[in-house]
Amino acid sequence: MKLLAKLSEGRSLSISRLAEDSPLTRQAITRHLLVLQTAGLVRGVRQGRENLFQLEPEALDEARQALDRISRQWDHALASLKAFVENDEAD
Amino acid sequence: MAASSTDRIEKQVDLQASISRVWRALTDHREFGQWFGVNLELPFRTGEMTRGNITYPGYEHVVMEVTVNEMKPEERFSFFWHPFAVDPAVDYSHEEQTLVEFTLDAIPTGTRLTVIESGFDKIPAARRDEAFRMNEGGWTEQVKNIEKYVIESP
Repeated sequence: MKLLAKLSEGRSLSISRLAEDSPLTRQAITRHLLVLQTAGLVRGVRQGRENLFQLEPEALDEARQALDRISRQWDHALASLKAFVENDEAD
Repeated sequence: MAASSTDRIEKQVDLQASISRVWRALTDHREFGQWFGVNLELPFRTGEMTRGNITYPGYEHVVMEVTVNEMKPEERFSFFWHPFAVDPAVDYSHEEQTLVEFTLDAIPTGTRLTVIESGFDKIPAARRDEAFRMNEGGWTEQVKNIEKYVIESP
């Protein structure tokens, strides 16, 4: 998560920059970045001879929005359940 | 909401109906299907899977599968499923599932129902986004239709 914190300042950073003042090796950081990239949280951009990494800006937001959407689906489902059991009881 | 805020959804609703009535609406697969909008083929049984087609117009091709985790009569009912599994071309069976838990508590006016769906953090963010886009637009409207239907035809 430290990597994400560094990237969250909005800049594109190289692996060497990310490795500065980090206890992790460059290899470890590369592996972490690959995982984050697969999960859609960061993206790599080629700049000259360097690979820079930046935060996928909407990724975290979208994960939250997806959850909000499911949350609303539950609201609707429970409203249906409420109508279902309460109408039934009145019969 | 104790755990990670992106890992779970928690809902609570007070129902003016007895615990046994609510229990039946949750665990009788036909009754569940009526308010949820799905044609489940088999009854819910602990450790077993039941499946059925969604009955919302436009989503009839979607097969919902749930595996019952626990049935503690009139107290707790829980199952695992694949959330947002809406693309018939995709095999979701190897992906992580979320757990949906219904807990029932007696209150003076009837039943307090708590629903917790958890395990979202295990689902790849990329898949969430895909599902998010697929669900956009249609689903919420269709759920409203069902709600209307259930209210008008108890």
